[in-house]
Amino acid sequence: MGTVPSALKHCLSYQHLLKEQLWIGEPAAPPSPHAGEEFQISGLPEYVKIVEVGPRDGLQNEKVTVPTDIKIELINRLSKAGLSVIEATSFVSSKWVPQMADHTEVMRRIERHPGVRYPVLTPNLQGFHSAIAAGATEVSVFGAASESFSKMNINCSIEESIEKFEEVTKSARNMNIPVRGYVSCALGCPYEGNIIPAKVANVSKQLYSMGCYEISLGDTIGVGTPGSMKKMLEAVMKEIPLSALAVHCHDTYGQALANILTAIQIHQGGIFISVMGVGVVDSAVAGLGGCPYAKGATGNVATEDVIYMLNGLGINTGVNLYKVMEAGNFICTALNKKTNSKVAQASFSV
Amino acid sequence: MAAAKRALPWLASLRPISSAAAGSFPKQVKIVEVGPRDGLQNEKNIVPTQVKISLINMLSETGLPVIEATSFVSPKWVPQMADHTEVLQGIQKFPGVSYPVLTPNLKGFQAALAAGAKEVSIFGAASELFTKKNINCSIEESLQKFSEVMHAARASSIPVRGYVSCVLGCPYEGKIAPAKVAEVSKKMYSMGCYEISLGDTIGVGTPGSMKEMLSAVMKEVPLGALAVHCHDTYGQALANTLVALQMGVSVVDSSVAGLGGCPYAQGASGNVATEDLVYMLHGLGIHTGVDLPKLMEAGVFICKVLNRKTSSKVAQASCRL
Repeated sequence: MGTVPSALKHCLSYQHLLKEQLWIGEPAAPPSPHAGEEFQISGLPEYVKIVEVGPRDGLQNEKVTVPTDIKIELINRLSKAGLSVIEATSFVSSKWVPQMADHTEVMRRIERHPGVRYPVLTPNLQGFHSAIAAGATEVSVFGAASESFSKMNINCSIEESIEKFEEVTKSARNMNIPVRGYVSCALGCPYEGNIIPAKVANVSKQLYSMGCYEISLGDTIGVGTPGSMKKMLEAVMKEIPLSALAVHCHDTYGQALANILTAIQIHQGGIFISVMGVGVVDSAVAGLGGCPYAKGATGNVATEDVIYMLNGLGINTGVNLYKVMEAGNFICTALNKKTNSKVAQASFSV
Repeated sequence: MAAAKRALPWLASLRPISSAAAGSFPKQVKIVEVGPRDGLQNEKNIVPTQVKISLINMLSETGLPVIEATSFVSPKWVPQMADHTEVLQGIQKFPGVSYPVLTPNLKGFQAALAAGAKEVSIFGAASELFTKKNINCSIEESLQKFSEVMHAARASSIPVRGYVSCVLGCPYEGKIAPAKVAEVSKKMYSMGCYEISLGDTIGVGTPGSMKEMLSAVMKEVPLGALAVHCHDTYGQALANTLVALQMGVSVVDSSVAGLGGCPYAQGASGNVATEDLVYMLHGLGIHTGVDLPKLMEAGVFICKVLNRKTSSKVAQASCRL
C-alpha cells in the first residue's frame, strides 16, 4: 500500500484507535441497527464465557518447566482480568506430566477470587481425591473421539476411559463438585486423520449423560475449518443442548478464529429459535502451549485475539483485554518467549 | 405455509427452520496474490531482482490466477520496487495468469505500458488524512489523478483494478464511516475500475465492522466486482474474510508466507498468508485452482532468501525447517 515515511509510525490518532478498539471489557459500539439489516450476522450470543486454559493446557505444552511461583502469579493476574473460569492445574501423575507436578502447591497457594472458578484436570479417581484434598471445587475429565488417540494418550480404549470417568463423576456428584468434559480430536486426529462427526457426538453424549455440565469440543491438532466445525457441531447438537457446548480451537493452521466465529453463529434448529450460537470458548493467554504433534507449530488460540474479535462483534465477555495482555506480557517475559497473540504483538510494539 | 401464515399471523415473523450457520459460500474464489508487490514492498530487506523473478515464476506454477508483480512508482519513494521494468520484462508470463502492476499516476502508467503491462492498479483511500500523508493530496485530487490513468488505460484497452485503503480503520483518523468507503468505491467503480479491492490496511477490523462496511459498499458496487484485502495484524483476517465470503464476496487478496509487515506497528504482521487462506477455502470445499504444496514451496523459498520465518501458520505446522 503506498509509501510511509517512518516518522508517521507513532501517531496519536492511531494510539487512540487502539484504545478505542482494545477497551477494557467494554465491547466496541455494536453495528448500527440500520446498516445492512438484511445481512446482520445472524444469531450471535450476547455473552460469551471465556474459559482460560493457559495455566494448565498452555503451560503443560510449553518446552520450559515453569517455576511454581510464576504459575501462581500468572493465575493471580488472570483472576484480576475479569475471567470467570481459569483452569489452574492438573492432578496427573508427575511421571507422565512433570510440568504439573506442583499441582497441590499451586491449588493451595493461588488467590481464590470471588466469582472466579478454578477447575483442575482429574484423569481418574485417584487424581480426583488429591484434587479435593488440595481444595479443588471443580474438575475436568478428558475424553477423545479417536480410539488411537485415546490409546496413545492414556493407554486405554475410549470405553475404558469412560468407565474411569464415571468413577470420577460419581464421586463428584456425591460431593456436589461440577465436572466439565473435554472431547479431543473433534475435528481430526494425528493418528486416524478424519474423525466422523457421529463419533464426536457419541462420546460427547456419554460424557454429558454421566453428569458433565459442559462439553468442550477440542480441535486438538487445529486442522478444522469452518466447514468441518459446522458439520461436527450439527451432529453434536442432536445429542446435547447448545447451551452445554464449548469449543476449544487450536490455531496450528491459523483457522481458530474463523472456526470460533462459525461456532458462535450456529443455530439450534427448531420452530422457535431459542438458543443462538455456542456461548463458551476456551483459549490461552498469549496463545501459550505449542502443538506436541507438529514441532514448532502453535497450539491454543490466544485469549487476547479472541476477546478482540468478540469485542468488535459487540459481544460481552466481562474480560478486561488490557489486563489479559499484561498477564500475557508477564508470562512471556518469564518464559523468555514471544507471544503468540497478534493483538499483543501489534499493541506492545507501538 | 401461506395458509398457515394467514391462520397464525405471528408465524410470518419467524425465521425458517434451519440448523445451518448463517449464509452459504461461493463455489469458487479468485485469489489475488500480492506477495511480490505489497509483500516485498513492506519487508525490511530489499530483494534482488532475480529473486523476485524466481518467486513470481514459482507462484505462476501454483495455479494462482492473479499475481501482482511490481509497482511503477518513483524509486525515490519506494526503493524496493526500483527494478519494476526489469521484473515485469523478466518474468515468465503464464497463459491464463494476470500480472497487474501498480500505477499511481499517468507517468507510472506509461512506464508500465512501455514495459509490457497488460493490467494496472490504482490505490485510493477512504480516509482524507491517510491520503494526505501517503500521497500528499486530498481524496478528490487523487481521484482526478486516477481519472487520467483511467483515460489512458481505456485508450489502450488495459483493465484497471481499484484499491480502497483504510476501509475498517485509519492509523490517523481512527474510525472510518462505511458510507465514506462506499462513496470512494462507487467513484472508482464509475471511473471504470473493473474490480474494487477493499483493504483493512491496519488490520483493526473484526467480522462486525467488515459486515457493516460491506453492506454499505454493496449498495453502490455490484458484489461480483468486490474483493477483500484483509491484514492479519490483530489476527482477524481469516474471520473477516469468512464473513465477506458469507456475504457473497468471491475475490480475496493475500500474500504468500504472509509477506509484508505493518508500517504502522513495528514488528507486527500485515497481509494474511495465502497458504492459510487456501487451507480454509479448500476446507470449505471452495475451488481456488491453487496447488497448496507448490504454494508452500514458494513460501519456503522466499523466506529463506529473506532470512525470516514464515508468517503462515499452515507452513509453520507443515514444514520441518
